[in-house]
Amino acid sequence: MATVETPRPDQNVMVKEMSWDPITRIVGSLGIHTEIDFTNSKVNKCYSTSMVFRGFDIFMKGIDPRDAHFITSRICGICGDNHATCSCLNQNMAYGVKPPPLGDLAFNLAESADYMFDHAIFNDCMANVDFCEQMVKETNPSLLEKAETTPSPGGDIHGYKTIADIMRALNPFTGEFYLETLHVARYTREMYCLFGGRHTHPSTILPGGCSADITHQTCTDYYVRLMRYIDYVKRTVPMHDDLYDFFLQELPGYDMVGFRETNLVNWGSFDDPDYVDYDYKTMTDWGRARYITPGVAINGELITTDLVEINLMIRIMLGSSYFDDWTDSTTPLVTKDPLGNPVDPRHPWNKRTLPKPQKRDYADKYSWVVSPRMYDKRTDTEVCCDTGGGPFARQWCTAKAGLVDFGYVKATGHSIQMVLPRTASAPEMEIEWHVPEKSNAIERDRARTYHQAYSALIGLHCLERALKEVRAGRTKSWNDFTVPDTAVSVGFHEAARGVLSHHMVIQDGKIENYQPYPPTPWNASPRDTNGTPGPYEDAVQNTPIFEENGPENFKGIDIMRAVRSFDPCLPCGVHMYDAKGRVKKVMHTPTGLA
Amino acid sequence: MATQTEFVPGQHDTEAVTAHVLWMTIGLSCEGDSVAMTSATNPSLEDIITQAIPGMPKVVIHNQVIAYEVGDEFIQAWFDAEEGKLDPFVLVIEGSVPNENISGEGYFTGFGVKPDGQPITLNEWIDRLAPKAAAVVAVGTCATYGGIPAMKNNPTGAMGVPDYLGWDWKSSAGLPVVCIPGCPAQPDNMTETLLYLALHLAGLAPVPELDEALRPKWLFGRTVHESCNRAAFYEHGDFATEYGSDHRCLVKLGCKGPVVKCNVPVRGWVNGLGGCPNVGGICMACTMPGFPDKYMPFMDESRNAKASTTLAKFTYGPLLRWGRNRSIKNNYDKEPEWRHNRSELTTGYQKNW
Repeated sequence: MATVETPRPDQNVMVKEMSWDPITRIVGSLGIHTEIDFTNSKVNKCYSTSMVFRGFDIFMKGIDPRDAHFITSRICGICGDNHATCSCLNQNMAYGVKPPPLGDLAFNLAESADYMFDHAIFNDCMANVDFCEQMVKETNPSLLEKAETTPSPGGDIHGYKTIADIMRALNPFTGEFYLETLHVARYTREMYCLFGGRHTHPSTILPGGCSADITHQTCTDYYVRLMRYIDYVKRTVPMHDDLYDFFLQELPGYDMVGFRETNLVNWGSFDDPDYVDYDYKTMTDWGRARYITPGVAINGELITTDLVEINLMIRIMLGSSYFDDWTDSTTPLVTKDPLGNPVDPRHPWNKRTLPKPQKRDYADKYSWVVSPRMYDKRTDTEVCCDTGGGPFARQWCTAKAGLVDFGYVKATGHSIQMVLPRTASAPEMEIEWHVPEKSNAIERDRARTYHQAYSALIGLHCLERALKEVRAGRTKSWNDFTVPDTAVSVGFHEAARGVLSHHMVIQDGKIENYQPYPPTPWNASPRDTNGTPGPYEDAVQNTPIFEENGPENFKGIDIMRAVRSFDPCLPCGVHMYDAKGRVKKVMHTPTGLA
Repeated sequence: MATQTEFVPGQHDTEAVTAHVLWMTIGLSCEGDSVAMTSATNPSLEDIITQAIPGMPKVVIHNQVIAYEVGDEFIQAWFDAEEGKLDPFVLVIEGSVPNENISGEGYFTGFGVKPDGQPITLNEWIDRLAPKAAAVVAVGTCATYGGIPAMKNNPTGAMGVPDYLGWDWKSSAGLPVVCIPGCPAQPDNMTETLLYLALHLAGLAPVPELDEALRPKWLFGRTVHESCNRAAFYEHGDFATEYGSDHRCLVKLGCKGPVVKCNVPVRGWVNGLGGCPNVGGICMACTMPGFPDKYMPFMDESRNAKASTTLAKFTYGPLLRWGRNRSIKNNYDKEPEWRHNRSELTTGYQKNW
């Protein structure tokens, strides 16, 4: 992290406090509060804050565990289906039930459609508006001039001759690609609804399997839309590559925008029905059989792909959030996991929520978001990891682990190779995503577009398997179960924008503790008990300023790109004060302190 | 040149009006209604923004999920509305309203900050803007009736907009709070109502007819069961015994459709596809004022349903099923006997050749 507060004596330093609240074009309430050094074009400090508190884990205590997916879906309006799915994986473990293969495949088909939808709408109707012609004209006019005369290397494939043509296609509500993506974001949700019933709060995703009426028709309706999407992706990926490469080439140092150490978390997603049995004791094996490999990276090194080990590393810290510490007043509910491993009092199974609303104070408590961290026993530290907005961490870990190979997609140890089959308007196409050197805004955005292809190929593979089941008459997609009196369980999944876990403790057949940890607390967390800033804060604090506007007309575009690269989803927000800013201090010489 | 034809009365004047939609997503919610709104097709978001329907005013939608502007540039519209600079405007609330009387010096949800740096709460925004709004629309069950954040044992004292403003409250244009429940609200139900209100404010459509729970009657007049493609199985006393491949009526598996007002079985979810019992999912009553507590646990059959399903199952249901199946098998599944390839005409026509 970079915190520079004392200017050198020979400099006049113009420091301004600015906040953006709310950050728009994301889901939820996020505020970003910064201190910017305009003399040196960099961000000194950043605070990320969320304005909303609802208290799900409080009002879920005591309810029937079978209601958990219906309730937790409502945590988020864009990852609601991810929550419902995660809750069902969790309940499957608690009840000891495994759905029939078609049930597992239906989950995969629904969730891959969700990723296809989510990455499409977030890329080109939200995040890439920061790269559109209108925006670049307002923030970096000279860069736009350059874009007008720069040919797109992939122009023959995607149809946009210059980089400026790409930018124009992304203008909101007028750009051709923006409008096409709005449409794509609808038919991909139709695909979701074929297996999930409704988006974003599904009606057919249940513990024990899927209750959708799955027939040949369901599969056909999915198939035609999927192939249309693959056709779209063949243009999308090279178009985004051209756009992002242009920024890296024309603005040297742009790879530091949103930069963080490569500290990543990803729980993996899409279970293979041949391997998964939902038992905690075998979770290491079926976790590694996922179509996206789970993993944790610390300082650029993949340290584990074992979901059991990952589970035991999780710690929930408070620090700057509006909660009292539960460890002062409660005894741990779970001291050993089902394998007999010790469980920490700060682990989600033992977390209790004690809210305490209070004034916002950046020197003390300023957010409703808590701070999850990964405990690294090698160094005895709680490491602040991010999800890279989802795709970045998923592909990073999957590529490095080299375990995935299902024909259309192969992880090589340093890259992911993908083959997109022939579609209506384009021949077969191969693309390859390489593990980038840095974890930064551009690479998070780039990973997301490659993940559109990855998700579509998981969908295609699972559809072929589902068709085999349906054609063989194996249409059962749900198995019965009973709720035990006591259970300790966990569901690990990936929301589109990153890690999602649900931890549950059942006592007397009712929920005693239910702790959902979506990607947002990981990414948007405020400073923790150790004073370690959260990933948005850290990434923004590392961000150099490339915007051509001075302090008077500053829009903060580089900061916006850094924050949006994480695909924020807070049914929470980032705050910058008024656009003109508030001059905090203009220092001429340091006063006294040397 | 002659002036352009008017397809609706006063079209040139009404289309010159600019109506603003201030869509607040900062109630206690998941923003699922805003996200769902982007999937609407009848009308779509673009249809509204580009004035696709003759006579409709120009509509500017201020919504944080789709806005180009950020931070204070985005919030400015709310201050402008407060100062009377945006007229007319429709205030859309998404999410339930917390009871900020109990949050002490803190807050449960806010939007923008006051000069002292503390957040402006949703409640304060409603107090400032509701008296000036041409209409207040509550979208999603959180905003209409409280929904999930207002469950028993919730720490925030959450409630719906009519609970906060009063069920008898009327806007400056004389409209009560318009409620579009659903968790999330069905996408087209939201955009269609907004279009309707835009046309109403332009004088082109009458006051929307609302029921006792402030829902538009044309959308919420029927129960899920009354529109469900599985309802006949109920009539036959023929009920699904497992989720998924069993396509019969889901009431014994927890479907609450018979006592829930909602049009999803006929409207589907996105562009006519998807839904709840019509595609295999139990209705969990997400449009209802009593949601969720009065319908939990969702996967169990309710006591009333037990009595009624038992009646259907052991009395008239099997008789109806037997009689109908028999007449299909013996009569309606068979073609009339005059369709054949023999060398004679037996249709009843007297041929003259």
